[in-house]
Amino acid sequence: MAIHIKLNGKTHAVEHRMDILSFLETLKVPPASVVVERNRNILHRGMFDSVVLKDGDELELIRFVGGG
Amino acid sequence: MKDLTATQKIRYSRNILVPEIGITGQQKLLRGRVLVVGAGGLGSPALFYLACAGVGTIGIMDGDRVELSNLQRQILYTLKDLDNLKTHSAQEKLHRLNPDVCIEPYNEPFTAKNGPALVSRYDFVIEATDNFEAKFLVNDICIHAKVPFCHAGILGMFGQVMTIVPGQGACYRCVFGNIPEPDQVSSTDQVGVLGVVPGALGSIQAAEAVKFLTGSGKLLIGRLLTYDALNLIFREIELPPPCCDVCRGAELIQ
Repeated sequence: MAIHIKLNGKTHAVEHRMDILSFLETLKVPPASVVVERNRNILHRGMFDSVVLKDGDELELIRFVGGG
Repeated sequence: MKDLTATQKIRYSRNILVPEIGITGQQKLLRGRVLVVGAGGLGSPALFYLACAGVGTIGIMDGDRVELSNLQRQILYTLKDLDNLKTHSAQEKLHRLNPDVCIEPYNEPFTAKNGPALVSRYDFVIEATDNFEAKFLVNDICIHAKVPFCHAGILGMFGQVMTIVPGQGACYRCVFGNIPEPDQVSSTDQVGVLGVVPGALGSIQAAEAVKFLTGSGKLLIGRLLTYDALNLIFREIELPPPCCDVCRGAELIQ
């Protein structure tokens, strides 16, 4: 069964009971390369494997861009 | 407030016609003090537009010299400036453009030592540096000194910008936490950057400084604006309230 979340503003189907770390793996995004904001809260990187996505979650993956 | 001269009324006529600026706003700009940290891809357009707008005092901080590979995006410089100090070349250009503006050049990198005294002499800071160490340092020092600033970062065909007024919204550290491990993130030295990306974002940074000085409009506080030039998508990410140690008043993280 899949749930639906908003990923960077777009609806995205996700497997039921998937945690943030596994979700980033499915997207092939290295966890240390992004900041994850879930429902307007910045998630500590240490919590990626314990926070499970819920239907309707709004997720923002924010990139590190250091150029100037 | 000091009256505008006849020449100034002509030079700034298009600013003055904008209802949100007007004569009073122009006088505020002429009395305004903005520090631009980093005179590269972001700093170039920001400095040009601040000087055009008649921001009275502009500090330019950069310890680098102009290199050939800079000219693809750092529009302040020409072939004639190769090997010259960026602060000197920038000062010369901006003075020729608008002699009303007093340029204060600092030919050195922004550090934990020189930063605190420097930022407190300005009304607003534009963070246009090219590395994470400096981005976090400018953030922490501005938050401590309670000086508002505008951050931008660029990479490839992507960029981001946010304005931080200490206490009024998330700061750079609230969002990004700590300096990332170098092997986890790419740099412009590895993946490049298209010149128009800092062009667009440096211009937005200048607009934020002008809005702050004139007290007009709504600043980009508590929001991160991202610019995906490849797909031409601007997005705004709503940020949490201030939540990091620096915003809570912790000692400087260095």
